[in-house]
Amino acid sequence: MRIHHILYTAILTAGSFLITLGAAAQERKGPPRGGGGHSPVQTKTLEEVGGYKIGDVATDFKLKNVDGNMFSLSDIEKAKGYIVVFTCNECPFAKMYEDRLIALHNEYAPKGYSVIAINPNVSDSNTREGFKAMQKRAEEKEFPFVYLADEGQKIAPQYGALRTPHVFLLDHERKVQYIGTIDDNARSAENVKVKYVVNAIESLENDEKPNPNFTKAIGCQVKIARN
Amino acid sequence: MKLQKCIFLLAVCLLPLCYGFITVNPEKESSHLSRNQEIPVYNFESLKPLLYTNSDKVHIVNFWAMWCAPCVKELPILKQYEANNPNVEILLVSLDFPENIDSTLKPFLKKKGITSEVVLLDDPDANSWIDKIDPKWSGAIPFTIIFNNENRSYHERAFENIEDLENEIKKTIKNK
Repeated sequence: MRIHHILYTAILTAGSFLITLGAAAQERKGPPRGGGGHSPVQTKTLEEVGGYKIGDVATDFKLKNVDGNMFSLSDIEKAKGYIVVFTCNECPFAKMYEDRLIALHNEYAPKGYSVIAINPNVSDSNTREGFKAMQKRAEEKEFPFVYLADEGQKIAPQYGALRTPHVFLLDHERKVQYIGTIDDNARSAENVKVKYVVNAIESLENDEKPNPNFTKAIGCQVKIARN
Repeated sequence: MKLQKCIFLLAVCLLPLCYGFITVNPEKESSHLSRNQEIPVYNFESLKPLLYTNSDKVHIVNFWAMWCAPCVKELPILKQYEANNPNVEILLVSLDFPENIDSTLKPFLKKKGITSEVVLLDDPDANSWIDKIDPKWSGAIPFTIIFNNENRSYHERAFENIEDLENEIKKTIKNK
């Protein structure tokens, strides 16, 4: 009996010892480098393209929808606001948000806030972002919202769309009230902690200013044609 | 009978211990030979120290992903610069997803012949850390930091060619 106990203790000790060793082996050595004196030099950024700031009145437009008809914001009757989102077919981040955009539209369009999706990367030379591919994607996913082709990139630079997906929430006067990302977790809808766009809409509904009104996210670059 | 059982248990527990000893050492020795065999996954806080240096060597940190076409197009430019300047420290921060490391990222790097150090940044709430890297960064990639212990510049664009990159390095690192 006593031998049993001693051996058992020995096993436990050995076990914890090897666990420690294992952990040490797993640990990655992130070179501990200290900071230093820095003199930041900022080179040209895409922000210099310009774009809207909070409070600016956003332009309406006339763009071709996947159903073949031209579409303008003014076509939406009794709109209380507009969820304008620059997105595209191929970007994995855009794809990860498709279902959430559908849910957003289904919940808020009846309340006066429709999703208006615009593809700034539509291109004849890239078939995967071409108009036909947009039609196909809209059909596959049964988009309940319009999906517009920003041919010749006339609208994205005016708004200042830098990446996909990039949301511009406008109020009923088309004043920009929120710019940024949909929520705080692109990869996993389940693990979202903050729903930025939903919160911003709720703020507008309560006659409050969205806070935050500007967020950033990793996304695919909107390919601004360089002239 | 009980004693035998215990000895057996002890042996079972000690087996992984031996395994640990066997695997730990070779990994340490070969880490220089095959750097991109293992791709560590960082969150922003653990990545942060890699964005600064006490050395006067040229450091380039490039944020990229396999799904980002301009990033992929830019990789050979960084590769060529590294080949021409073995003294440069290049770190490729991949924003791909951790579950793709073995299935696609490693084969991709092998196919492209990328031997630079690669780490993967997995920190979903990008809004919380983008500004900490550079307040002017929108979050679009590719995004590159050129720095040493004294100078630093940020580039939210792809370099067009090797001359373009060399030019930006010259402009940034004043005494080179």
